[in-house]
Amino acid sequence: MSAKLRVEGVSKVFAAKRQPVTALEDTSFSAAEGEFVTILGPSGCGKSTLLRIIAGLEEPSSGSIWIGDRPVNEPGADRGMVFQSYTLFPWLSVLDNIGFGLRLKGSSRPERDRIARHYLEKIGLAEFARAYPSELSGGMKQRVAIARALANDPEVLLMDEPFGALDAQTRMLMQELLLQVWEESHKTVLFVTHDVEEAIFMADRVYVMTARPGRLKAEINVPLPRPRTYEMKSEPVFAQLKKTLMDLIRQESWRALNAI
Amino acid sequence: MSMQISRPARRSGGFRKLWRPKEKIPQALAVVLGSSAFALVLLAWSVLTYGGFVPPLFLPSPTEVIVSGYRAFTQFGLWNDIAASVYRVSAGWFLAALLGVPLGILMGSLRVVAAFIEPLIGFIRYMPASAFIPLLILWVGIDDSEKIAVIFIGTFFQLVIMIADVAKNVPKDLLESSYTLGARPGQVLWRILLPASLPGIVDTLRITLGWAWTYLVVAELVAAASGLGHMIMDAQRYLRTANIIVGIVIIGLLGMVLDLFFKMLHRGLFPWMSREGKG
Ligand SMILES: Nc1ncnc2c1ncn2[C@@H]1O[C@H](COP(=O)(O)OP(=O)(O)OP(=O)(O)O)[C@@H](O)[C@H]1O
Ligand SMILES: [Mg+2]
Repeated sequence: MSAKLRVEGVSKVFAAKRQPVTALEDTSFSAAEGEFVTILGPSGCGKSTLLRIIAGLEEPSSGSIWIGDRPVNEPGADRGMVFQSYTLFPWLSVLDNIGFGLRLKGSSRPERDRIARHYLEKIGLAEFARAYPSELSGGMKQRVAIARALANDPEVLLMDEPFGALDAQTRMLMQELLLQVWEESHKTVLFVTHDVEEAIFMADRVYVMTARPGRLKAEINVPLPRPRTYEMKSEPVFAQLKKTLMDLIRQESWRALNAI
Repeated sequence: MSMQISRPARRSGGFRKLWRPKEKIPQALAVVLGSSAFALVLLAWSVLTYGGFVPPLFLPSPTEVIVSGYRAFTQFGLWNDIAASVYRVSAGWFLAALLGVPLGILMGSLRVVAAFIEPLIGFIRYMPASAFIPLLILWVGIDDSEKIAVIFIGTFFQLVIMIADVAKNVPKDLLESSYTLGARPGQVLWRILLPASLPGIVDTLRITLGWAWTYLVVAELVAAASGLGHMIMDAQRYLRTANIIVGIVIIGLLGMVLDLFFKMLHRGLFPWMSREGKG
């Protein structure tokens, strides 16, 4: 299979005040066209840094990023991103937020409203088209952020713990919703999380990261069929995967704690 | 029975609530409080003057001020003074805003621009505008343009720094998410930095317009034949204390009306701002 996204020997050292911080060590991996890849790692291991480098928002200290056969080193509409924090544009209505990328490309108002409404429908917020972000709950905001990224039709979708700030119930519903939306387009997704169940439930393949400095330490395939349903979380395969990943991530979380 | 018990408890809770930081208060109470501050000042003024505690030369009574005010409008053409002053203040402030807003936004968003002009502006803005008057008379003469220039100098440099701060405080997250949606730097300026800064810009314009008014009297100090500042200086020369107060009160009223206008503009332009944060 040809790789849609390739990360080759990427590392990142931040020049901090006292001493340089190595956030990411020599990292290489790839995601195939239409694959849903999750990256699981303890807090502070460099997950956001990795995604930001892929998005072109941060320069790697070494290595390169490839989309198809094209190297990238600047942000672009080909790599959509959903951020860890809420980043909707507060002065735009929900509909205009979703249509923002299309507007940049110069598509007409009816055209971008049509596309935006389609995604609004998908995320179940049709009646909030005219609302402003300040009127939405956290979960709604992240749904809109997902719709905003998808409406722009990127080649690769980067997601940085998009549900990290949500309660467990909402988070589960959001995972299912995201998968439903994803089934429609089968975009290549790179999804970062520190939640083991989330990493398994969403993914075709899970990468586990070490504590800081971050490095990929294991790669695990998820043989669950699609479309996924929440009942799968109680299947033996799921439990087995969860155990394996728990062991891996626990070691790293301890290392992270001791490093402080 | 139970109502009798609960009512006083609730009321004292309501009173205590007023002293909680950032707690909202009823609109009616706000109006009452605001007017009673005016009433208190008026009361103190009346007691001091009608009671004969201070001589009228120092502080004339409210009646005298009202009579002087009436005469100033009907006999001495106060409207012309007001018009002249409003024109000077608006022109000086408008020019400052016209140049200062774009410059401030560029300064707050582009490091090269900031590095180039921030030190210079930081240096000039501490120079008192009144000290420029002799220079300005040499450069532009003694007509209206000199007064406008004083007001411009008084507001421009502060305004630029404040607008730059507003632009600087636009969250980087917003810029970054627009980049991942395909925005180019020019588009970021128009589509993100400008709309995100707009509420702060309107606020800054409101505040600096207030400052522009405070420079009026200074600007009309020298060689003015009209204007509220000139009228106040004239009244001082002939010891017409009541007229001084008339002038000051009118400047205050004009400022208040403009302030109110900007607040309404803010509310009308930015429905997306959450009611919470603004209070
Ligand atoms: N701009 C920066 N300058 C200096 N150090 C940084 C910078 N950004 C991140 N770091 C450091 O790099 C390390 C990795 O940060 P990163 O935000 O990528 O972690 P993360 O895995 O996303 O954590 P979390 O799960 O808490 O979001 C941290 O130790 C952090 O302090
Ligand atoms: Mg992070």
